[in-house]
Amino acid sequence: MTWPEKTLPTTDASEKRSLGAGVFRRCDGCSHTHDASELARTFEVCSQCGHHHKLDAEGWRRLLLDDGELAQWDDHLVPNDPLRFSDGKSYRDRVAALHKKGRAKEAIEIGRARLDGRDVAYGAFVFAFMGGSMGSVVGEKITRLFERATREELPVVLLQSSGGARMQEGILSLMQMAKSVAALERYRKTRLPFLSVLLHPTTGGVAASFAFLGDVNIAEPKALIGFAGPRVIENTIRQTLPEGFQRAEFLLDHGMVDAIVPRPEMKAYIGTLLQHLVGHRQARR
Amino acid sequence: MAASILPFEKPVAELIEKVRELRSLAAADPRFEPELAQLEDNTGRLAREIFAGLTPMQKVLLSRHANRPYTLDYIKRLFTDWVELKGDRRFADDCSIVGGLATYHGRSVVVVGHQKGRGAKENVKRNFGMPNPEGYRKAIRLYEMADRFGLPILTFIDTMGAYPGIGAEERGQSEAIGSALAAMARVGVPIVATVIGEGGSGGALALGVANRVLVLEFSCYSVISPEGCAAILWKDGSRADEAAARLKITAPDLLQLGVVDTIVEEPTGGAHQDHDEAAVRLDKALWTTLSSMDGLSPEELVDDRYRRFRGLGSFVG
Ligand SMILES: [Zn+2]
Repeated sequence: MTWPEKTLPTTDASEKRSLGAGVFRRCDGCSHTHDASELARTFEVCSQCGHHHKLDAEGWRRLLLDDGELAQWDDHLVPNDPLRFSDGKSYRDRVAALHKKGRAKEAIEIGRARLDGRDVAYGAFVFAFMGGSMGSVVGEKITRLFERATREELPVVLLQSSGGARMQEGILSLMQMAKSVAALERYRKTRLPFLSVLLHPTTGGVAASFAFLGDVNIAEPKALIGFAGPRVIENTIRQTLPEGFQRAEFLLDHGMVDAIVPRPEMKAYIGTLLQHLVGHRQARR
Repeated sequence: MAASILPFEKPVAELIEKVRELRSLAAADPRFEPELAQLEDNTGRLAREIFAGLTPMQKVLLSRHANRPYTLDYIKRLFTDWVELKGDRRFADDCSIVGGLATYHGRSVVVVGHQKGRGAKENVKRNFGMPNPEGYRKAIRLYEMADRFGLPILTFIDTMGAYPGIGAEERGQSEAIGSALAAMARVGVPIVATVIGEGGSGGALALGVANRVLVLEFSCYSVISPEGCAAILWKDGSRADEAAARLKITAPDLLQLGVVDTIVEEPTGGAHQDHDEAAVRLDKALWTTLSSMDGLSPEELVDDRYRRFRGLGSFVG
């Protein structure tokens, strides 16, 4: 399910909190005032406290991919409106408005890239597009990511950041969980790795499908990762949740992820994994 | 079983009760038979009329009906030689999912289903049919057992959803559900899933990656509960009836969207009025469906399942 739009912690929100004409930005972790260009340079990580602000898909490309380059696959896929869904504003209009803003056509980008000298099939959720929610297009693109990686014998690196299934596509969005996981199961036969990177936040239908099925699961510091949203749990059990509940460190303690990797070390970390897991079949270039 | 009657079904439920009384009279005295036939006729007509006009939310309420047959009610009627198997071998036995071995029309099968409780005490034991990770891990164990021994899998879906709790998150609810989807995708035996009540989100889908999916006439299957959807969209859970309509979660909607393959008609007044008749009807559909996959190899079964889900979704491009 998707989060209410008003509470989406996008970079837009922190821009709104900027002081003056967007030149300064306040850290969400320690309230230190940064020069906006400095935060951009550190990939949105606070130099004072290490807080990781959200990094958009473009930033992730620059951080992880060699030359920041991604040869996109299936970028032409856009949502349909199978339920003719409306909540006052129609789903169609909602999508059209996002397309007009022009930043992304859907909540994921996929393609072929090189990471630390090795060819990979790469995918990254776009949280700014309807909370990274998984509808038919996202499910289809993840399925194609695994299918094409199977054919082209590429390791898969998938960065996730999603509120879950896309409510506006109803039951069809739920079915994307089964479709994409089935494609992952086929991909396993190639004996190539699926590296699952869990960013803030990864919840609901995305968490409960492929997110934890990585050969290696990697989380970002303090990322919120879980099946049910904290408010849903609080309303069910009627007690306050413990500090740090469902955060990356909690998942590491409970054995659900292999490592918490800060952004500055992420590329090297994935590079080393690729060296161990595919080095014997794909040399570094 | 304590009678629990929803307001909109009251006229039908009352007539059905009269039919029952008359039936027992007619059993002793054949002079009541014409009157019985007449009353049955009227009841059927009224039920069809009222039930044809039910709103999606009213169907949701039927799918959650306190007297609706649950998995164990069907197991008792559809199978013989039932052997319940318990535990996930890791943490606990989750009673909100039952599973085991049974004979179905002379064949051994593996059965897995959500199980709700009747009454407060059993509902606590069954956690209101909302599984924790160990429930899904038990299911995975049974899917793998079925694969190893070449036994068809029959699942029964009936849950509000996977349990949202602290322990569930600590023990990896997400991982358990994801792994259940993966296990179902890879087993080389036929799988038939039936939505017998509520199909609540990922917690339901973990029993739903099947070659064929059946749905009872008044069951529902949804990515989110109507109440939850209304709370998110309008911050107003009382607009659930509106959300239920917009989410397209009733059996005819599901058939139209390709999410289910067959609708199984329920007895007059709904499955809860006649568990035996509900089971007879499900049996026919289930057996026909299972038999239709006879002769398929393990690889063909996996491919068939892959194609089924591969085609689900709607996009432009
Ligand atoms: Zn800071």
